[in-house]
Amino acid sequence: MSDTNNKVIVKIQRGTAEKQEMASFDVPLHSNQTVLDLVSWVQQNEDPTLSYRFACRVGMCGSCAMMVNGVPRWTCRTHISKVLHRGEITIAPLQNLPVIKDLAVDMDPFFDKWIAAEGVHHSGRTRDDDIEMVDETSASRLEANSGIECINCSVCYAACDTVRNNPDFLGPAALQRAWTLLNDVKDEGRQSILDAVSGKGGCHNCHSIGSCTAFCPNELDPMSAIAGLKRETTKHFWRGGKSC
Amino acid sequence: MKHLNTSKTSKAHPLWLSHILHRLSGIGLSLFLPFHFLILALAMTNPDRLDQFLQITESPAVKFAEFGLVFLLAIHMFGGLRLMALEWLPWRPAQKTLAALAVSMSFFIAGIFFLKAI
Amino acid sequence: MLNLRLYMLQRITALLMAPLVLGHIAVMIYAIQGGLTAAEILGRTKGSVAWFAFYGLFVVAISIHGAIGMRVVMYEWAGFKGKWLEAFTYSLGFLLLIIGARAVWAVTFA
Repeated sequence: MSDTNNKVIVKIQRGTAEKQEMASFDVPLHSNQTVLDLVSWVQQNEDPTLSYRFACRVGMCGSCAMMVNGVPRWTCRTHISKVLHRGEITIAPLQNLPVIKDLAVDMDPFFDKWIAAEGVHHSGRTRDDDIEMVDETSASRLEANSGIECINCSVCYAACDTVRNNPDFLGPAALQRAWTLLNDVKDEGRQSILDAVSGKGGCHNCHSIGSCTAFCPNELDPMSAIAGLKRETTKHFWRGGKSC
Repeated sequence: MKHLNTSKTSKAHPLWLSHILHRLSGIGLSLFLPFHFLILALAMTNPDRLDQFLQITESPAVKFAEFGLVFLLAIHMFGGLRLMALEWLPWRPAQKTLAALAVSMSFFIAGIFFLKAI
Repeated sequence: MLNLRLYMLQRITALLMAPLVLGHIAVMIYAIQGGLTAAEILGRTKGSVAWFAFYGLFVVAISIHGAIGMRVVMYEWAGFKGKWLEAFTYSLGFLLLIIGARAVWAVTFA
């Protein structure tokens, strides 16, 4: 694998939302390459019209997420030894999001659903009130903490079969954020969060397939967060709470 | 929860398989039920016809199909109970899957045993 | 395509049916010993309020549970939406309820 005369056949999905096609490139093989390296090589040496996104290239920002051999990954953190299959790799734009061009997708639906799930801080206090104290050891804070490191990379959204088949479904990331806010003592929007996640695109559409948790590059667990939302909304149901 | 960082070219991880089995068994049961209800109602409209059907059920092919149905039911019910445990009980995921597997297997075996006993 | 209400109906009917399923299978294993005839079935169930209640409850529960379950399948896999989805859900529910109730009636008080 360290022989630089070797090549990798890189198949990349090109095109727009209306029309897509696969293009094939021969990329020189090196001993230490990530999938992002391959894509960058193509754009810099073969075809400057290839559109793709990246930023930090060290696994912090999530911008480089793409489908690699049918599986959503951060391409900057995917060593090609892990995905090379008979000298070939197939790269496509993230699933479940509209394609803008080539490997760049429109992230708007993802963020729209984040807002629709009420994944925004609901503050109630003013500068004249005392600061709400957060008990870092409390069970609810630990629950919240386990989900707050989401960087909105959309890998879970792309991995989710339910997102694919159910256009209304808010998706794992948005619902996980709603769960962290529900567990946040500083957030005063409990009812609006519960209502938002109980509608026709809400948490009850999740089938606990778990692809979100399986593929999250940050090792978060949206599936369990959604289970938490189901528990909370169920309790609310029995107490005669709204949200039908 | 296991995190898949190795090269997987499909999304067929264990929980996904569990989901697809649950869905397919549900569809199978939904398709079977109307026939079950219609045939049983023959007891009222045409008992002789029902007896004819019941005699056909003595054949090994039908016995096998019956076992298949019981199995579909077992998968669906235990898969569903596993799902509800995962959602509502504070258990760790791995234990739940194993628990459901154990129960499902024992049901399967019991099912075979009893159907063979006749 | 579930909201909280449909989700709860699905879960509740599921829990309700767990003991009914076990009971039904136990009865079946017993009943098929030595062959099965219409007369044998009816000898057990005819005129029985208990069997009527047991299987009556079972039919109501399965009509709701099956209809909601297939609703999700038709939405996610067949793309049914809006009024077609609602029509399908209610149709399947009522179909199962009516022919199921007819079957229960056939073996008890017909």
